[in-house]
Amino acid sequence: MEAQAKTALTGGAFLIQPSDAANTFTPEDFSEEQKLIEQTCNEFLDKEVIPHLLEIDKQQEGLMPSLLDKAGELGLLGAAFPQKYGGLGEDFVTATIINEALGGGHSFAVAMAAHNGIGSLPILYFGTEAQKQKYIPKLATAQMKGAYALTEPNSGSDALGARTTATLTPDGTHYLINGQKIWITNAGFADVFTVFAKVDGDKFTAFIVDRNTEGLSFGEEEHKMGIKGSSTRQLFFENCKVPVDNVLGEIGRGHIIAFNILNIGRLKLCAAALGGAKRAMNTSIAYATTREQFKTPIAQFGAIQHKLAEMAIKTFATDAALYRTAKWIADKEHELAAAGKPDSETLLGAAEEYAIECAMLKVIGSETLDYIVDEGVQIHGGNGFSDEYNISRAYRDSRINRIFEGTNEINRLLTLDMYLKRAMKGRINLMTPAMAIQKELMGIPEFGEDDAPFAAELKAIANFKKAALMCAGAAVQKLMMKIEQEQEVLMYLADMVMDTFMAESALLRAMKMQASNHEHASLAVDATRVLIADTADKVNHAGKNAVNAFADGDELRMMLLGLKRFTKTNSFNTKQARRSIAAKMVEKQRYFF
Amino acid sequence: MKILVCISQVPDTTTKIAFSDNNTQFNTAGVTLIINPYDEWYALVRALELKEAGIANTVNLVTVGKADAEPVIRKALALGGDEAIRIDTDSNDPFVVAAQIAEYAKSEGYDLVLCGKESIDYNNGVMGAMLAELLDMNYIGFASALDIAGGVATVKREIEGGEETDTCALPLVVSCQKGMSEARIPNMRGIMAARTKPLKVVAPAAISPLTTIASYDLPPAKTGVKMIDENNMDELVALLHSEAKVI
Ligand SMILES: Cc1cc2nc3c(=O)[nH]c(=O)nc-3n(C[C@H](O)[C@H](O)[C@H](O)COP(=O)(O)OP(=O)(O)OC[C@H]3O[C@@H](n4cnc5c(N)ncnc54)[C@H](O)[C@@H]3O)c2cc1C
Repeated sequence: MEAQAKTALTGGAFLIQPSDAANTFTPEDFSEEQKLIEQTCNEFLDKEVIPHLLEIDKQQEGLMPSLLDKAGELGLLGAAFPQKYGGLGEDFVTATIINEALGGGHSFAVAMAAHNGIGSLPILYFGTEAQKQKYIPKLATAQMKGAYALTEPNSGSDALGARTTATLTPDGTHYLINGQKIWITNAGFADVFTVFAKVDGDKFTAFIVDRNTEGLSFGEEEHKMGIKGSSTRQLFFENCKVPVDNVLGEIGRGHIIAFNILNIGRLKLCAAALGGAKRAMNTSIAYATTREQFKTPIAQFGAIQHKLAEMAIKTFATDAALYRTAKWIADKEHELAAAGKPDSETLLGAAEEYAIECAMLKVIGSETLDYIVDEGVQIHGGNGFSDEYNISRAYRDSRINRIFEGTNEINRLLTLDMYLKRAMKGRINLMTPAMAIQKELMGIPEFGEDDAPFAAELKAIANFKKAALMCAGAAVQKLMMKIEQEQEVLMYLADMVMDTFMAESALLRAMKMQASNHEHASLAVDATRVLIADTADKVNHAGKNAVNAFADGDELRMMLLGLKRFTKTNSFNTKQARRSIAAKMVEKQRYFF
Repeated sequence: MKILVCISQVPDTTTKIAFSDNNTQFNTAGVTLIINPYDEWYALVRALELKEAGIANTVNLVTVGKADAEPVIRKALALGGDEAIRIDTDSNDPFVVAAQIAEYAKSEGYDLVLCGKESIDYNNGVMGAMLAELLDMNYIGFASALDIAGGVATVKREIEGGEETDTCALPLVVSCQKGMSEARIPNMRGIMAARTKPLKVVAPAAISPLTTIASYDLPPAKTGVKMIDENNMDELVALLHSEAKVI
């Protein structure tokens, strides 16, 4: 048995090491102050944003910028920026809490996240001292609004395929940028853009471009399916004259900026999705308890209770996985700072360490939200299809989350890709555990029953990891370099890893709640047991599909047996557990975890 | 000028009310506590406005409550109080609360004491008046506006069908209601500053309650609406008399 990890796991290592519940950070660990900050965000949304969603969606002139100003006045935008640049120096967990709480703000949440994340962080982390002094204090208060321009008509997922060029003027004082960017959030009002372009044909480079720069013009507002209140426009660069002082980072190192900023962005997208999920869920609970059919509130029908409970279970697990990771990143950031790394490298370094988790969270968060808004509409019946009900807005606004910050396909591929690259570089040892599993498969399965608390659940999680490692290990051995062409297999493998990460995070949280006699501990355990039961089936399904794609004969038979063994769980009445969870939601009239 | 703001903590307005111990205790399990809105939105915010306008130089907060009241006090400090005093006891008897606060405040030289017009849990609406009496200060209740100039307070009160404007010398206790000011959201700087603001805990004085709550009852559950044929006036009158008991 491996030793229990007492300190934070390194990035991706959750898959090969058990975690200790007591050392896992969970939402129950928020400090009073963090709860107060969360409350401030919610009061802000309830007072300034939610009552004006209609005007926001109609892009009423000046409204969105004024909301950003107000959030800036409250200190919500620069909360995690260093004090030296007008921020408040809050840690990463607190920043995540703010992103989550404001995430329920529909289009405002998107504008806020774009301004605060991709619109500000490139300058904060890669800017020169002068660039930081010039922009960050103003971005921290929203006196200046930020945006990020990477995507082009012909380069979306393939971000490095950009065609926009930057050419040094003969006098060496300026770059002339030529090209086009598309889908740029906040473009309608942003004062400053981080723009990516290629110097000398192939040197991918970032530039800080002020709105009023000569040669920069804007398209009309896009007509979108959702987040209609968020400004999205094209940018046109025609000999757009940018001073050389505005080069951000090094020439030819733009990809470092683009990718590093995305790690944090992905985790924050998960946070925002979670905030949206909780609000959409509360709306659905309220509707289900007031709407009567057949002289019965629909919340009393098992079919509806199933949906409500499932919303809560997915949210409970997403929440657990998000803050588990956020704390790892915060701790790593402190560790790097203590080791003398400069400010600009600590958070980026920490986020890079957990880049695998960030990619997974992006998928987990956006898909949890999508499930909740979809079933939320269903609970609302015909009214859910009406513009008059906010759940239909939530449904439309949710959809974009699976597309931006790297599509969910790209993030699934990345999850596996990062594991394999790290294994090759010796950063993570997948080989030893994968070999041990092969050996275990040859032996006789252990049937011993351990009746320690949570022994069965812990064993189930350990087995899901074995299933994932077994399938991934075999796929790599068999397919070698061709694995990149077998995306279907990679997708299944990514799902196995992600579902396991979610289930384990939920279990650790429930165990911790149980240990502290939390008011909702027993329902947390119920939620976890349902999730483990479902995860077993999902891991089995994904695993079967994966191995059937590349193995045959004895090897295939062996792995199918292994999958069966590793996804065997005790019988559990998930219906009853879901009913208990739904009953509490109805009683409390809200998501209660 | 020195202002004291009385802060009480009350169950969140969406709380599902339940009782225990044979309906003699309010069951606080799982209940979210908030600052009494009249204390927060009107008394506290107006006090802060007076400080921001340079009329007051100190705004202190006092609460009568156990340690579980501290998150609520921190929020009040985050909104902008200078320091907080928690008198370490709990009571739903307004006299006990008033007497505990008076015991603390009598030697502190406050010029103005603000409280909400009532707390939204027990709704007695008398604490402020009792406190004024115990501190031997003037009292104006249910105020919707308050200004101070040259040591004199000008206070507006809503009265039946209109408004009354009073002037009154300090020291003064005012109970506040809607109109006094606009609710504020604590900002990040305030929240961070609240970390280091003093929160003093003082031992309670020995004071006996004047009232005790013998038991609680929930209002009868709402029954469905009864539809009566528009031509059947007699049945309507009979039901209004016998069931609704309004005529
Ligand atoms: C509302 C909105 C706001 C946006 N805001 C910004 C912004 O502020 N700044 C910015 O720079 N960009 C922004 N974007 C752009 C966004 O990041 C891209 O749309 C996204 O990265 C996908 O690129 P694409 O649209 O070109 O789709 P494509 O890359 O063409 O993808 C189409 C489909 O193919 C799949 N696919 C692509 N490549 C692969 C592959 N290698 N393997 C498997 N599947 C693949 C994708 O997953 C997807 O399902 C925004 C987009 C929208 C819609």
